[in-house]
Amino acid sequence: MFLKENIILAISGLRSNKMRAFLTMLGIIIGIGSVIAIVSIGDAVTNNVSDTMAGLGANNIYVYVAPNENDSIYGQMDGSGTQKMDDSDLLTIEQIERVQKKFSNEISDVAIYESAGSGKAQDGHLYANVSIYGANPGFGSVQNVDVQRGRFLQDRDINGSRRVAVVSDKLVSNMFEEGTDPLGKKINVDTADGVNTYTIVGVYKYVQQGMAGMGMGVADKDITTTMYIPVTVAKETSENQNYSTFEIKLKHVNDTHAFTDRIEAYMKHLYENNPKYTCTAYNMENMLSSVTSMMGTISIAIAAIAAIALIVGGIGVMNIMLVSVTERTREIGTRKALGARSSYIRMQFIVESVIICVIGGIIGIITGIGLAAAGVALLKMKLVISLPVIFISVGFSMLIGIFFGYYPAKKASQLDPIEALRYE
Amino acid sequence: MSRKIIEMHSIVKNYYIGTPNELHILKDISLEVEEGDFVSIVGASGSGKSTLMNMIGVLDRPTSGEYVLDGIPIRKMNDNQLSDVRNKKIGFVFQTFNLIPRNNALKNVELPMLYAGVERKKRLERAKELLTLVGMGDRMDHQPNELSGGQKQRVAIARALANDPAILLADEPTGALDSSTGRLVMDLFHKVHEQDGKTIVLITHNPELAEETNRVVTLHDGMIVDDRPGSGKAAE
Ligand SMILES: Nc1ncnc2c1ncn2[C@@H]1O[C@H](COP(=O)(O)OP(=O)(O)O)[C@@H](O)[C@H]1O
Ligand SMILES: [Mg+2]
Repeated sequence: MFLKENIILAISGLRSNKMRAFLTMLGIIIGIGSVIAIVSIGDAVTNNVSDTMAGLGANNIYVYVAPNENDSIYGQMDGSGTQKMDDSDLLTIEQIERVQKKFSNEISDVAIYESAGSGKAQDGHLYANVSIYGANPGFGSVQNVDVQRGRFLQDRDINGSRRVAVVSDKLVSNMFEEGTDPLGKKINVDTADGVNTYTIVGVYKYVQQGMAGMGMGVADKDITTTMYIPVTVAKETSENQNYSTFEIKLKHVNDTHAFTDRIEAYMKHLYENNPKYTCTAYNMENMLSSVTSMMGTISIAIAAIAAIALIVGGIGVMNIMLVSVTERTREIGTRKALGARSSYIRMQFIVESVIICVIGGIIGIITGIGLAAAGVALLKMKLVISLPVIFISVGFSMLIGIFFGYYPAKKASQLDPIEALRYE
Repeated sequence: MSRKIIEMHSIVKNYYIGTPNELHILKDISLEVEEGDFVSIVGASGSGKSTLMNMIGVLDRPTSGEYVLDGIPIRKMNDNQLSDVRNKKIGFVFQTFNLIPRNNALKNVELPMLYAGVERKKRLERAKELLTLVGMGDRMDHQPNELSGGQKQRVAIARALANDPAILLADEPTGALDSSTGRLVMDLFHKVHEQDGKTIVLITHNPELAEETNRVVTLHDGMIVDDRPGSGKAAE
């Protein structure tokens, strides 16, 4: 009913009192703005996490030994919950190989690894920070190590416990002059256990991993990169000879979930008689869904706060609409005398309330995107603007306008024309 | 000139402000107005003139009595029907002008046609024509707060004529104006009456203005105490 005229009328009314219009909209602006900001930042974080995880191999399965949570007595024995695992609790290389054989139709490769601490490769004033990883040949394929020169670790390196290393291109550029062939070169690595010498057999391309910004404040040449050595070499200085974890790459990516369950059942069976420990399997999808569900929880909390802001905002709108009805009592009386039906008057005020809320909502969306852009820039992530969220916000603003405008509009429409005309 | 526009029989209006205080504002009013007549209603303040006008303009329902407006009995009408009757049959002119704020003269004149569902082009055309008729052709885009009292009342008269109503109902239209501006507004009523043959009911305090009309009805304490022809247009 006279929608266009009512919209024009409502806008000209708002323009005639801009400050009041702005204050009326403030609650809506804050409510919608915070929703948009939080949702956009949440999307950016989720995207970033899933990108990172895809980089790590979203379809890989991680198997690890963990304290038996079902058995609270053992979990609490030493108070801290961090119990010492000894070799009898860990997985032997034979057990891992048996898994690989048993599921050879599904498993493409298995990675085993052992952290051997961090250190510094040094040659005179040249240096490079490294974290040292003992790995098996399968690790290269499981973790998609991008070897550009030479080769990754091989069985003979493992079996012979050879002092060889696969290093990053970053280390090479730190340690050697440009144009030097690093393959076959020896590097001295200073660690907590003393200085060890390794021969470089391969160079891989370094990719920054994890959250962007993790290297914040660190000079490029000080960035720590991973150096891979045979896992058997790493084990020489390790307390345990067995393994607490390994990682599986699948031949077919579509059955990750089902296979994770099968592996877990198989591994749990091995630990049936171990009261303290069990063995579990999970994949990145599980983890991604747990990140997503965490984001979901945060979003619900924020949504609750935003809902409160919107309700408060809506009440503010209703309050101003009631004031507006009172102020315009005579106008309403005149309109009725000129032949406006009650429903026309009601429509006029609902449209006005909706316009206030939608304009507030649009300002809120713009503010929210601005805030999100700032937040995302701070986190060094990419801004994702979700169109559905914007449409839902506009729609929701309209609903608030209708809901909180209805009562004042009804009140206006029910005014007795004579009383309204007499109103001083 | 025999068709009756207003036929009121034994109209009573009471206000109940809590028993036993019943206020009898209109007591047994019977009034007939013929098409094309120019009637004035006079009476002391509080005698019930505005209440009678609200009754004629179907803004209010009588406590009892029959009212037939332009052949339509209004007793059984619902609120929407009454709105439509006001929209098409009645043209109100108020003492306080009552232009819609922030709507320019043109928009104000368009409003009754908007409610009547007249299409935009026709509305504009008619509104311009009416504003020109009342001598406001050069101020069509002025806001109400940019107009003088006399100008506002002329816009209001144009607005009242928008849907070509059966009656022009004016409640002390010159009451808020100085006498010379009031004179101009009164002349406009005469012009509308003479040119269009419009039926006009004018409520006024001013006996001189009342004498200019065809018929003077005097109200006293809610009753018609005198009903006679006007003595003609006063000294020109
Ligand atoms: N809503 C109402 N309740 C009670 N009394 C009313 C109401 N409206 C009008 N009146 C009374 O009715 C009488 C006539 O009023 P009105 O028609 O406005 O007189 P006039 O226009 O002749 O001055 C007055 O005494 C006024 O106080
Ligand atoms: Mg009066």
